[in-house]
Amino acid sequence: MANKKKLHRFFAKIIEKLFTFSGAITGITILFITIFLFVEGIGLFNSPNTEEGYGLYINSSNNIENLTPVEIKEIFDGEITNWKELGGKDSEISPFRIDDVFQIYPESEFGENYELLPDKLNEVVSKETGIIAFLPLQYAPKGAKVRELPAESIKISDYFLGKDWIPTATPSPLFGVLPLVLGTLLVSLVALIIAVPLGMGVAIYLSELAGKRQRNILKPAIELLAGIPSVVYGFFGLVVLAPLVQKIFNLQVGETALTGSIILAIMALPTIISVSEDAMRNTPRSMREASLALGATKWQTIYKVVIPYAKSGISAAVVLGIGRAIGETMAVLMVTGNAAVMPGSIFDSVRTIPATIAAELGEAPVGGPHYQALFLLGCILFIFTSIISVSAEMVSKNKKYNTH
Amino acid sequence: MKKKNIVIGLILTSFVFLGCNSSSETSQVDGVSKKDTKTSINIKGSETVLPISEKAANIYSKTENSQLVSVTGGGSGVGISALMSNNTDIAQTSRKIKFSEQQKFLHEDKEVKEVIIAYDALAIVVHPENKVSELTREQLEGIFTGKITNWKEVGGEDLGIIPYSRETSSGTYEFFKEIILKNKNFMSGIMSMPANGAIIQSVSQTKGSIAYVGVAYLNQSVKGIGVSFDGGETFAVPTVENAKDRSYPVVRPLYYYYQAESEEYVKGFMDFILSAEGQKVVEEVGYITIH
Repeated sequence: MANKKKLHRFFAKIIEKLFTFSGAITGITILFITIFLFVEGIGLFNSPNTEEGYGLYINSSNNIENLTPVEIKEIFDGEITNWKELGGKDSEISPFRIDDVFQIYPESEFGENYELLPDKLNEVVSKETGIIAFLPLQYAPKGAKVRELPAESIKISDYFLGKDWIPTATPSPLFGVLPLVLGTLLVSLVALIIAVPLGMGVAIYLSELAGKRQRNILKPAIELLAGIPSVVYGFFGLVVLAPLVQKIFNLQVGETALTGSIILAIMALPTIISVSEDAMRNTPRSMREASLALGATKWQTIYKVVIPYAKSGISAAVVLGIGRAIGETMAVLMVTGNAAVMPGSIFDSVRTIPATIAAELGEAPVGGPHYQALFLLGCILFIFTSIISVSAEMVSKNKKYNTH
Repeated sequence: MKKKNIVIGLILTSFVFLGCNSSSETSQVDGVSKKDTKTSINIKGSETVLPISEKAANIYSKTENSQLVSVTGGGSGVGISALMSNNTDIAQTSRKIKFSEQQKFLHEDKEVKEVIIAYDALAIVVHPENKVSELTREQLEGIFTGKITNWKEVGGEDLGIIPYSRETSSGTYEFFKEIILKNKNFMSGIMSMPANGAIIQSVSQTKGSIAYVGVAYLNQSVKGIGVSFDGGETFAVPTVENAKDRSYPVVRPLYYYYQAESEEYVKGFMDFILSAEGQKVVEEVGYITIH
């Protein structure tokens, strides 16, 4: 008898330790991932704002001191064509890339391993006063009449407040995340506005009004929705929903923030419904009966007793719904059009953070500025979700104190 | 509530573990197959070249004394960086290797070999009801950089132009940017779609749309338009015939890249893809042969 008890206690101890251990491991892993995310991301602000391994060279007669990334992009896009627009002399700007040199001189003049390339580049830059040349550092022209523009690192304000996301622009990529952040928030918010009332309605119906038969059919059917792969939702959205939205609202384009929100709402519904329905069903029978006995109607009971009792469960449902919406990638990638513009209305095409990461991380060279910018986007997403879950926790706690 | 927390915690832990395991396993397998066993050839890269490689791999694997060939996509850039880190034997790309990528190989004392295995024509497509059927390169540049915004400016009806682009990881995007836009940037906030199929779908249901896809993806639901590179004197429509005799200007080569040191190892497959039988595959899939 005593032995058995000892054994029991022993096993209980082991299980206790196991739980502690798994908790510790989870904590450490999460911490590790977070640190990794932030370390990779923060490195961005030490990266030069032109492509790594390259420099910008101008003729020494040019008095321009430095250029912002946006100015560099507009010069190479041919939108700024005269140095005087940037406070320089009145002379035309001629942008020059390394490939252009192969059109001026025949290949044979560069030597076997391009050892004569710097001389040739020097010749070009010295000759033309209005030139701005984007050249690899190892072939940098070193002449008296050539000046290198100082390389600056990417500014924090350019990243968080920039309105252009053009990560592949050469020589100077633009990493302005504002349109992506706003796009993500807009799509998730509208999705919640659609999904929460709808989900609550279904949950109330299922837990309070539906008969046993209806519930037994409906609940598994709704939970089945959660098992459909998101790319299927995305395809459905692109082929069915986008043309529908386009027709109903008489728009030029069907791939809008609204389309994305509707798809996300559909995807978040099963979570919201089943979690909040569980919470409502947990309301003790005695409370319900007491309310009815006091003469309250069914609706009053739901409104005054069941919902307040299930409040923490319902807010958990909403948080899980937001979590699904804000982090969803594939479906959104297919239906929102992915245009990185500041969203003006829900009928604009938007680009969300997860879609951007998914679409671009494969191409971004590991460790480069583009890669770091994407990691920093991951950090932003991480902070969003942390804020949401912490505030939800606080809300549900507060309510408990009030009711007791 | 507490119980729920524990349960959620457990589920999270198991996910984290599962995640860790699966990722480390795959990377290990990659390393082994490349360095030690050497029984199969890995091809990785462009989605555009994918159908050729898949079909060719299928046929080649059935011939005698051949290795197993496994093919994955991911984008041209992914293929090249995988080749650099020895995670693939052949990189399939729909663009030429970039100067900066070439420099990285040189830096590590690795030599890459380049082989053109097929050609692909890029078609400019619009909604089938659009009256415009010809555009010059300059007009296309204006449209995709955002300077021309209405179809009436290029001889069509009074309708806003909605350009669609591919995602930045695709070689098609790079090629279009280089050939049509002359390395200028696309207008900021252009709509971008993750795949050729999605582009066709979007163009077919959006009236003012214009986009670019590989000729192999052309179908009845969109209209391919004629393009002129000589300021409007001659226009050519995107067909395989026109691309073959070079009267259609927007044609790009498709490449295989491999490291010189593994030449021996991939030779069998390279010979196959360049043989008459391999080029038949190219034609069947809808691309243009090298001869």
